[in-house]
Amino acid sequence: MLDQTYYEKTDEIIAEHGAEQASLIPIIQDIQAEYRYLPPELLDYVAGKLGINEAKAYSVATFYENFSFEPKGKYIIKVCDGTACHVRKSIPILERLYSELGLSSEKVTTDDMMFTLETVSCLGACGLAPVLTVNDKVYPAMTPDAAAELIHELRGA
Amino acid sequence: MSYMTINNRRVEFTNEKNVLSIIRKSGIDLPTFCYHSELSTYGACRMCVVEDDRGKIFASCSEIPRDGMVIYTNTPRLQHHRKMIIELLLASHCRDCTTCAKNGICTLQKLSRQLGIMDVRFENNKKQLPKDTSSECVIRDPNKCILCGDCVRTCDEIQGLGILDFAFRGSKMQVTPAFNKNLSETDCVGCGQCRAVCPTGAISIKQDVEPVWKILADKNIRVVAQIAPAVRVAVGDKFGIKKGENALGRLVAALRRIGFDEVYDTNFGADLTVMEESKELVERLESGENLPLFTSCCPAWVKFCERKYPEFKEHISTCRSPQEMFGALIKEDAKMKADKEPRKTMVVSIMPCTAKKAEITRPEHFTDGVQNVDYVLTTTEITRMIQAAGIDLAQVKPEAMDMPFGLASGAGAIFGVTGGVTEAVLRRLVNSNRAEDLEAISFTGVRGAEGIKEATVQLGDREVHIAVVNGLHCASEVLDKIKAGEVHYDFVEVMACKRGCIAGGGQPVPIGPRTKKARMEGMYKIDSTAQIKLSNENPIVTTVYEGILKGKEHKLLHNK
Repeated sequence: MLDQTYYEKTDEIIAEHGAEQASLIPIIQDIQAEYRYLPPELLDYVAGKLGINEAKAYSVATFYENFSFEPKGKYIIKVCDGTACHVRKSIPILERLYSELGLSSEKVTTDDMMFTLETVSCLGACGLAPVLTVNDKVYPAMTPDAAAELIHELRGA
Repeated sequence: MSYMTINNRRVEFTNEKNVLSIIRKSGIDLPTFCYHSELSTYGACRMCVVEDDRGKIFASCSEIPRDGMVIYTNTPRLQHHRKMIIELLLASHCRDCTTCAKNGICTLQKLSRQLGIMDVRFENNKKQLPKDTSSECVIRDPNKCILCGDCVRTCDEIQGLGILDFAFRGSKMQVTPAFNKNLSETDCVGCGQCRAVCPTGAISIKQDVEPVWKILADKNIRVVAQIAPAVRVAVGDKFGIKKGENALGRLVAALRRIGFDEVYDTNFGADLTVMEESKELVERLESGENLPLFTSCCPAWVKFCERKYPEFKEHISTCRSPQEMFGALIKEDAKMKADKEPRKTMVVSIMPCTAKKAEITRPEHFTDGVQNVDYVLTTTEITRMIQAAGIDLAQVKPEAMDMPFGLASGAGAIFGVTGGVTEAVLRRLVNSNRAEDLEAISFTGVRGAEGIKEATVQLGDREVHIAVVNGLHCASEVLDKIKAGEVHYDFVEVMACKRGCIAGGGQPVPIGPRTKKARMEGMYKIDSTAQIKLSNENPIVTTVYEGILKGKEHKLLHNK
């Protein structure tokens, strides 16, 4: 069971968008922005408020890769693996980050809740390939070593 | 009148909603997985693809008919596409057909045979998922799901529950309750309508066949069967008996041959329900408390009301359902005859319903700590048992039921169809067996397949307002209106399944519109040919009220 404040915040967000079915996605986006993840309890809660079946809300939330039911780390690293980044060797960067952080495609968040590592299909910055972002800040023309260096910096910060 | 050309033949049409219905009406059984006329059009399976004169290929279920269309349904291109779709479906499908509950009645199996798929060239690299056996009513095997979405739309559009939906996407897509929960952790009411539309073995009936064989073989157990009203018009389906024909006599004979000691009629239990429920209605009309009175025969509805509309719980009749009344009566009768009958008595119900399997284990359906009904077998399961025993129902000589509890009125029979309970209760209250009075009741508007029917009946100096509901989505609609004070009823009958038990989740499938109609007519025919029309005119009812039930009516026939 979540703390009461979570539900109060959710009520605020729902009020902002209006309690209608079409507002489901913007509402859960805002919840995720607030807590860095989408607590399952809140998805149920929102579905109830909007008159949507729980299974339908789950269907929407699982359709989009962006929504996460697991808490994410302080730094969310998105490694682009779109066509341009892929051919300019994004996979070695990803693998270096996996080993650097002790993560894998199944386990994406470090135990200390500092880092979450994801891949995305295209960030629309193909000219800067290979590219990754940390909490929406773009790091262009990356290499495995530069990525490792970046992790050290973030850990130190 | 418009026309189109299908395979070079001119076909007339009027207001059909899609090209598929016209093609089917013209006598071509175009295959589909995801199309059901009662559900919204989804257009996912692409089996109903057709080609027009310009070579354009489209799904006929999603195409609005236009005058002068020229359509081909079986060109080499279409054959190629259909075969490819089936092959791809089979590639990621569990293909252990021999051990599948839907073996022989599976649409995927049927189409694969019809289209001549001899080999699947692709490897199955789909992750195997666990079966969900948590429900007492149905089993979900996601590895056999072809993502047609029939169960999703049935649960949402017909039942208004939306327990199942698609989750994830692309190759990872699956049909599941929210957060991959087990069905037992959801508000699933066990109606089994998802199973009735599922074209494969992804949703099947929870089987109780094995334990029943075991008790049938046990010499120390007296096994008593009761047969629900809607079973008799459906059990012949898999034996080539005409759809909707009453096969009760044959079923009775078959049950005796496979070892049941006595065979009785749940319709008799229904007669008792009529007696108690009409008494309860009169009492509530007099006191004005907890109106409207809701029927309690349908366990899926009862669970739905408890979960979704707990504020109306007190409105549900305290009467046990016919199968439970009957079970309690049989067990009481056995107790009274214990000195003459050394064997233990067990009751097996033959039901059209999957939700009944969950009803028997509810705590209120035990009397003095003894379970009223021990096992529920659906029509589908009993069909399998009869087949396993090597009996062809079509060849069996019909036999009569055992006495005394094998005698029932026509009012008890129509419990199997929507509006039947209401009609039976009205007959009891009007208390006349004159043909014109019976006809007047049948024309009040309680008969028919509409989701919500309304009727007003004059009882003495009082007008009684009635609603007859089938499909839980319609039930929500009615309950919301009652809550908002928009409507006022005194009596509301609810059946979870569309058209009532004849289309229950445990009945032989597929259940198309023609089958439903034939079964419905079959039920009313049983009533119209019955000599006894009113439950209170059933002499056995009088006998049990003066005998076994005397002073125990409440304990045996009610929940509280």
